[in-house]
Amino acid sequence: MRKVELGYQIPAETYKINRATLVEYANAGGDQNPIHQDEQVAKAVGLPDVIAHGMLTMALAGRYVTKWAGHSAAVTEISSRFTKPVVVPAGVDVEITISAVIEEVSARQVKLDITAECAGVKVLGMAKATVSLL
Amino acid sequence: MFNPDAVGKSRKSSTTFKVTQESISNFAHAIGESEIINSSVTYSIMISLGPSQALLEENGLDWTRVVHGDQKFQNNRPLHAGDEVTCTSTIETYRAVAGNEIVTVRTDLHCGEELAQVQWTTLVMRG
Repeated sequence: MRKVELGYQIPAETYKINRATLVEYANAGGDQNPIHQDEQVAKAVGLPDVIAHGMLTMALAGRYVTKWAGHSAAVTEISSRFTKPVVVPAGVDVEITISAVIEEVSARQVKLDITAECAGVKVLGMAKATVSLL
Repeated sequence: MFNPDAVGKSRKSSTTFKVTQESISNFAHAIGESEIINSSVTYSIMISLGPSQALLEENGLDWTRVVHGDQKFQNNRPLHAGDEVTCTSTIETYRAVAGNEIVTVRTDLHCGEELAQVQWTTLVMRG
């Protein structure tokens, strides 16, 4: 049974992504920008290496909230700023850790404040979700 | 330079996007989810991307210096296989701040008369 209480810290989850994840996400999500797949293009525009789609990190936040909510139909809002890139070097798994705190509770819904971190750096800003309790 | 008079301009997609089980499953699989009847929370970005980009390009968006600033989804309901989605994108705000230009586009996703989802995308064009 999930706990719905103001200030409750929902247990964190860690998701692993790698270059193959980025290709799969690009195909599924329709964003084929080469900075998410091609090291040379990424470096040419001044990035340290290939970076993950901001929308992939946000999708993982959506997955995290969906798991807590029980199903995606209960997640009525999600929003985020993209503050720092998630760098994905070749040949390694990169870990993104997502957690959330319940910051508002009403009879109908709860609002969550989400944190997404990669290598100790917060990669999303002002990340919020609304979960319906109806 | 983005057209500062573009605020309020709107564009309805000329074609509908037909949601398939395959596209819902592919998206879910790519992010490691198992729920595949209801679309993932951020699935509809793949539907809005083309129409919202077309509207922004018509108004002078320079892709060479764009970063995705922020994104919001208001999901009145998840999408399902068989839904036929029409997008209406509207440029809601534009401002120039410290050499950067910031534009927000809203996309309404209708299934028939029903407003199923709304998205807001904010892009930053770096100076």
